[in-house]
Amino acid sequence: MSKRIDVKDLNVYYTNFLAVEDVNIEIEAKSVTAFIGPSGCGKSTFLRTLNRMHEVIPGGRVEGEVLLDGDNLYESGVDPVTVRSQIGMVFQRPNPFPTMSIRDNVLAGVKLNSKKISRSDAEDLVEKSLRGANLWNEVKDRLDKPGSGLSGGQQQRLCIARTIAVKPQVILMDEPCSALDPISTLAIEDLINELKNEFTVVIVTHNMQQAARVSDKTAFFNIAGTGKPGKLIEYAETATIFSNPTVKATEDYVSGRFG
Amino acid sequence: MTTNALRRNGSKGQVGDKVFSGAALGAGILILVTLLAVAVFLLIQALPIFSADPELVSGGEGFATYIFPIVIGTVIAAAIALVIATPVGIAVALFISHYAPRRLAAGLGYVIDLLAAIPSVIYGAWGYLVLAPALVPIYAWLAENLGFIPIFEGPASQTGKTIFTAGIVLAVMVLPIITSLSREIFLQTPKLHEEAALALGATRWEMIVMSVIPFARPGIISAVMLGLGRALGETMAVALVLSTGALIPSLIKSGNQTIAAEIALNFPEAFGLRLSELIAAGLVLFVITLVVNLIARAIIARHKEFSGAN
Repeated sequence: MSKRIDVKDLNVYYTNFLAVEDVNIEIEAKSVTAFIGPSGCGKSTFLRTLNRMHEVIPGGRVEGEVLLDGDNLYESGVDPVTVRSQIGMVFQRPNPFPTMSIRDNVLAGVKLNSKKISRSDAEDLVEKSLRGANLWNEVKDRLDKPGSGLSGGQQQRLCIARTIAVKPQVILMDEPCSALDPISTLAIEDLINELKNEFTVVIVTHNMQQAARVSDKTAFFNIAGTGKPGKLIEYAETATIFSNPTVKATEDYVSGRFG
Repeated sequence: MTTNALRRNGSKGQVGDKVFSGAALGAGILILVTLLAVAVFLLIQALPIFSADPELVSGGEGFATYIFPIVIGTVIAAAIALVIATPVGIAVALFISHYAPRRLAAGLGYVIDLLAAIPSVIYGAWGYLVLAPALVPIYAWLAENLGFIPIFEGPASQTGKTIFTAGIVLAVMVLPIITSLSREIFLQTPKLHEEAALALGATRWEMIVMSVIPFARPGIISAVMLGLGRALGETMAVALVLSTGALIPSLIKSGNQTIAAEIALNFPEAFGLRLSELIAAGLVLFVITLVVNLIARAIIARHKEFSGAN
């Protein structure tokens, strides 16, 4: 239940502004890949092209190919709705549906596209997903309470539970810990380590220690200056990026001598 | 003498705070006083009718018998208006906020807002001259084919000046209120919640059902209540469009009356007991509106825990 992603010659635009230029990258199945780089370098923008969320923004478009096990996401006739049900996403700020209970939040994606699910299957799936997100023990007695009543870290794990409940091939995470305290961050990082047994995980992070702790491979993005497009500078094993990078800019960035 | 450096005296910011909180309190009290004054006026002026000899009241059987049919008439007209205007208004608002291309959306929103600026006498004239005649064949068809249902019982009105026509005119009048308010609220749905739905593989409609509608629910209820307020109190359009009469179940025959139109049509010649009778009718309308608003508040409050405001 996990697929690889190959990106070929991808250019990402906002209307006519080239935001990310010419990215080529191969992301292995059942691995954790981290995107690091300074603010505004296009790593989040690029991440959002991997499940066609980029085009939700008015004017957002891409040129090039993103292949999920060889199938191009951007081929004409491909429905973004199908793409997103296979490639889930966790956002920077926890965003459980505020009007739904914890249970309904977990089942939100499963009930889409008028799919029916029996009550007992639903209960099983809720428990399995919440256990998968290391949240079950904290919420099992209040599944009918609103998701917005949880702490920030719990809300983020609820969002992860919601994402894994639809059994995606890939999970994209856009700075999932940047709004969380260190303990919740640790909980999420442990979770990411478990998730890669089943899913392909791609994570954008500002925290280099986090990238070093959780990822197998790391991609460093950089930007030449304001108004210039972001580029993929270097992509290698995480250990290599942090100890022995080949590009000077990468070394400067990971050692904190940037700018 | 002890001096505390943290104590501030008479700094500009403090004065501003006091002025503002005073002004806000004053404005709040002013509203309550106005409301109270209206209620007291209505009560005092209406009082004679409640102690009057039932035979002296219009209809000769007391105030309750007089007011009941026009209360029902008012509710029927407003209900028809809301049943038509609520789904249409919400659909138009959703189209503007989430479906239409940006340029079309701006233009359409502007046109809808213009609808709200048209004086009600114009709507009344349009209903009288255009809508009512146009509906005559439809009413005839309804009477012929669905006449077994009491609300479509024939013979249909030959002029089209029925409570149903009045309801449609009212629907057109409250449509801009419901649409503009709903649109504003739909546009305020947090992007975060919309993207959460989309990222789970929701279609645009599913995204709207999952994130936009729940977020906008209290706002939609408020919008409908404001629309209802206008529909209940609208006078001119109903007075022009409706050919009044006794309370009847059929919506497509001449008949029925609303409180506001009853007051407007009879007020110029009213004096003495008849005047206090009409003012008492106004009091009843006031109470209906108040009750409806309280119910709406209760509905919104019941879902507070899940409103996303916490």
